[in-house]
Amino acid sequence: MDDPLSRYEGLVDDYGAFRDACERPLPQVVRVNTLKASVPRTVRALDEAGIGYERVGWNDTLLELDTDKPGNTWPYVHGWLYGQEEVSTLPGLACDPEPGDRVFDPCAAPGSKTTHLAALMDDEGLLVANDSNLGRLSALRSNTERCGLTNVAVTKSDARNFSLKPFGGERFDRAVVDVPCSCEGTIRKNPDALDEWTLDHVEGVAGIQKGILNRAVEVTKPGGTVVYSTCTFAPEENEAVLDHALANHDVEVVEYDLPLETRPGVTEWEGDEFDPSVARAKRVYPHHNDTGGFFCAKLEVAG
Amino acid sequence: MRENDGHRFGRLPATDADREVADRPSREAVVAFWRDRYGIPEDTWADYTFWERGSGKIWAFRGEVPSPARIQGLGMAVLRTDGEHWKPTTNAAQRFGGLATDCVIHLDEAEAKAFLAGHDRTIERWDGDWGYLVATHDIGGAPEPIGVGLYLHDELRSQIPKGTRRDL
Repeated sequence: MDDPLSRYEGLVDDYGAFRDACERPLPQVVRVNTLKASVPRTVRALDEAGIGYERVGWNDTLLELDTDKPGNTWPYVHGWLYGQEEVSTLPGLACDPEPGDRVFDPCAAPGSKTTHLAALMDDEGLLVANDSNLGRLSALRSNTERCGLTNVAVTKSDARNFSLKPFGGERFDRAVVDVPCSCEGTIRKNPDALDEWTLDHVEGVAGIQKGILNRAVEVTKPGGTVVYSTCTFAPEENEAVLDHALANHDVEVVEYDLPLETRPGVTEWEGDEFDPSVARAKRVYPHHNDTGGFFCAKLEVAG
Repeated sequence: MRENDGHRFGRLPATDADREVADRPSREAVVAFWRDRYGIPEDTWADYTFWERGSGKIWAFRGEVPSPARIQGLGMAVLRTDGEHWKPTTNAAQRFGGLATDCVIHLDEAEAKAFLAGHDRTIERWDGDWGYLVATHDIGGAPEPIGVGLYLHDELRSQIPKGTRRDL
């Protein structure tokens, strides 16, 4: 398909503004790793190094840096900064883990959500960061260690078959299921993101997403929280995957707050109707907050 | 005595007397190393378990998992014990080196940049022990550890790993 985003003309308000926003590059944003340094100390270090920054209004740990090489700064070398676009902090915020929790991150590499979760946990509790690809695992390990995390166990497996055995069989309090996806929402960061787009790929990856969410629900305790997120707009990969989980497990999609302008999940798409509760999921469009595109839902496991 | 299996994490024995795997250091020895050389308080490690994976590569994990664990990473690699002298990792120096009161060398900004770039430097002001030192510099209003240097014969040899070196 020449223009995959045209599928969403009927979903998005102010479609022209949406298309215009997708054409604009994204600013370089970093998250302060509060495990290693406070925000005031980090901005003081940036001042000392002569690196300009602007605060991201809705999240005081995010800074928009006036450099295209944030890795070449002292604060980065010390593990005080992690390059992470704004919307990619949403799953961690929706998950809202507490120090001491057992948390599962099944699609963890290269580690932006893992390092965010560990910071929210204050490095206390167990954070299992899994990925299936050895190359990406190497980046994940390097990032967790640079950020100074010591509560993370890194595993290599297909998340659909994740085993609790190395962790004594005990289930998790929370999971952040940030699945591989067709990445339509990353077009501002990577203008080639949609070059290989096909509906077959969307449908194929949706099958994998269902399998990963399924396993994450199974390994989460009754009463626990599972956050499901993608960086894409396709309802096949978003609401349809939630609908599948609702049909097969005793879970519910729950309301939660995010400090960004969002739209509810869609309950109908190309002739399919989804469980009405998928409307509690949040869609983030590039033109509303000048960010990348994103989808994020919070589920509670019954019990 | 069993051999170390380099592919899985084996928990360190509490003391040398509890050792079941040849040459594996004990938790007691690791805690004593940080205390005796760097002055890092023993209770820093109260919530940590220590593990070996790879020959002499010691990991610190803030918590417990069943042993032995066949996984990819467990906390942070903190120490190499396979050489003549035990050597802290860069990441451990950054995370725990701020607690050190001994064997810490403070660098000025030019020295710190050279150290980060991986260069060795003649530094004649050091009159403490030779060997592996924690190198710090001032940033954001306070000293902060950068990594580990090997101090020998009035020279500080940067031990920053190649992938971490930078010319700022």
